[in-house]
Amino acid sequence: MIAMIAAIIQNGFRSLRRDRGALILSFVLPVAFFSIFGMIFGGVGGDKTPRVSVLLVDDDRSTVSERLVQALLQEPSLDASIHPKAKKGEPVPPDYTAAAAETAVKQGDAPAALIIPKGFGAHPLAFGPSGQRTPIQLLHDSSDPVAAQMVGGMLQKVVMTSMPDTMEKMGMQYFEKYSGGLTPEQRKNIDAAMSRQPAAPAQTGSGGGGELIALNVRDVVGEKKQNSMISFYAAGIGVMFLLFTASAAGGSLLDEAESGALDRILSSRVNMTMLLAGKMGYSALLASAQLTLMFLWGAAVFRLDLFTHIPGFIVMTAATSFAVAAFGMLLASVSHTRAQAGAIATLIILTMSAIGGSMFPRYFMPESMQKVGLITINAWAIDGYTKVFWRDEPLLHLAPQVGVLMGAGIVLFLIARRFARRWEFS
Amino acid sequence: MAPPALGIPLRMVSVVKRFGDLTAVDGVSLDVAEGACLGLLGPNGAGKSTLIRSIAGRVLPDSGSVRVFGQPAGSAAARAELGWVPQELALYPLLTCRENLEAFGRYQGLHGKALRDGIAWCLEWAALADRSGATVKTLSGGMRRRLNMAAGLVHRPRIVLLDEPTVGVDPQSRNRIFDMVAELRGHGATIIYTTHYMEEAERLCDTIAIIDHGRVIAQGAKEELVEQSFGRRSDVLMRFAASVADPAAWAAAHGGSMQEGSEGVAHFAVSQPTDIAGLLDAAGRDGLEVIDVVLRRPNLESVFLQLTGRDLRQ
Repeated sequence: MIAMIAAIIQNGFRSLRRDRGALILSFVLPVAFFSIFGMIFGGVGGDKTPRVSVLLVDDDRSTVSERLVQALLQEPSLDASIHPKAKKGEPVPPDYTAAAAETAVKQGDAPAALIIPKGFGAHPLAFGPSGQRTPIQLLHDSSDPVAAQMVGGMLQKVVMTSMPDTMEKMGMQYFEKYSGGLTPEQRKNIDAAMSRQPAAPAQTGSGGGGELIALNVRDVVGEKKQNSMISFYAAGIGVMFLLFTASAAGGSLLDEAESGALDRILSSRVNMTMLLAGKMGYSALLASAQLTLMFLWGAAVFRLDLFTHIPGFIVMTAATSFAVAAFGMLLASVSHTRAQAGAIATLIILTMSAIGGSMFPRYFMPESMQKVGLITINAWAIDGYTKVFWRDEPLLHLAPQVGVLMGAGIVLFLIARRFARRWEFS
Repeated sequence: MAPPALGIPLRMVSVVKRFGDLTAVDGVSLDVAEGACLGLLGPNGAGKSTLIRSIAGRVLPDSGSVRVFGQPAGSAAARAELGWVPQELALYPLLTCRENLEAFGRYQGLHGKALRDGIAWCLEWAALADRSGATVKTLSGGMRRRLNMAAGLVHRPRIVLLDEPTVGVDPQSRNRIFDMVAELRGHGATIIYTTHYMEEAERLCDTIAIIDHGRVIAQGAKEELVEQSFGRRSDVLMRFAASVADPAAWAAAHGGSMQEGSEGVAHFAVSQPTDIAGLLDAAGRDGLEVIDVVLRRPNLESVFLQLTGRDLRQ
């Protein structure tokens, strides 16, 4: 009996050894995914904590506000900037104004901006809720709920660690106000102690404590949205499944090649380019129908605001479906069997979906991974849909996403056509 | 449909096709006249399908030329004149009979009334009118074969390439397919029919090309082929007992040869049936135990055996 069971086990391994698709799924895919998630969340070497981008605007221009800005710029967990990045060979652009920073957040350049208002330096801090203080404005994009929390927390920490002298000064003002004043000797001793406090921003030490700086938090994107993240998930999940559908639709080429139908079709007046175009057209229409269903469902069940964004939805759906369909054609044309196509599709689609933001937003990832994500159809499609549904941007602003998706579709189709030559003649 | 092109339906001149080290078609030249039915007869792997595929434009010859009504094989004009029925069931399994015919008709550029007429004719011809709404996967094997044939003929081509159309069908369905081919001939179609069944070639084709190892080793009407190979002689198959040490030498000494792939069977061509007695006497004298003797009227199988030393079904 054991020998028979052993024979069954042996046959299993023999078959697996000759089935490359199953081998890839069994061994390559798990390792590849482990690596991708490791890079996203752990970073290679484990020392790359993702930094939150924040734009800084100093309308106060006081000593206190300038020290705060400097401290924020040097805070390692923030990627703070006071002006847009300079392009190569061009002068450094002017600093952000409050309006420019708000526009930049709306356009998705950064998830948050801190506006230090005029008069902040006179009353920067307050102990307790009743204290007089000038609030800093925190503008944020609520599609990234983590960023606002983090920037708010880091602001309090920076104040604690970089402006201890200001805190002491404000503390003494409170003491004098409520205790009836200091004697000259007490004043002298306290001034001497305060002069020993470091004025430069400190880089270490744990933050926390009370709300020293008043924050006026405002959503500048999505403040009127009924259901903030649903368009992201509709696009993200939709594109991932579209890729699977397109690879299956493309795989019909392999079925037809195997059954002989492809030969028969190519012996008629249909040539390979027409056949591929037809298959891709079907695949693109199917993808469009799937996306439409996803968004209609989102509108019906999750209050996604589809009907006020129809033009942008149509443009993004057409471009995304085109690119996805071309991907399916390429996959089929490079594969030799259905099993092989299935294995390659699973590997590539899950990888693209992970790094392209279909599984979780790309802004959670380290900057390097966010850049890598731009090689995927998912990333461009999600960015485009986000512009339409989240940022309410005009159609023209979709040009980069539509251009990349359409361009990718054309290039993938041309490569697929080149590989499909193997079916044309023998 | 495109206007009739000039030239004879099919002309192949010195066609050679190699796949790596294998020469699948080795210098084949063939002419097929309008309305003729040419049978390509040969064992599996003889090169029949490669030849058919080169006519359909799906195989590019390494040298030589294939012309369909004077047009190069594979050209749009040639494809319009051809109806290719591949050996495989090249159909859409999830579509109905009518939908399959519609698809292949449209691939040939048909639309409107021409398409509707083509579909109706095909359904009648293939005796599938009552199953027109049935999906392929629900059809019997014979019905699928008939639909497979019909799908190649929706556009009513003038040349029909039938590549082993009866493979895997029961005798009843085979007879139905024979009737369909006969009906096609009645409509004046030129037919090229590959098979490794001698009976089919004898029954359906007026000209037969016997193919082996990619070459046409004999060509003509059945009677001509038999006459060329046997004259008026008959074919004798003699099976020796397993104990016989060297039957090949004995067969050669008596004008025969051993049949490849059939252990202990020799074949001889005899002028008179009574010559069998002489062979049996000689075997007895030489101490060879003969366990079976068959006298056959020569047919295409005998011709193939005579020409190649092998059985057609090997």
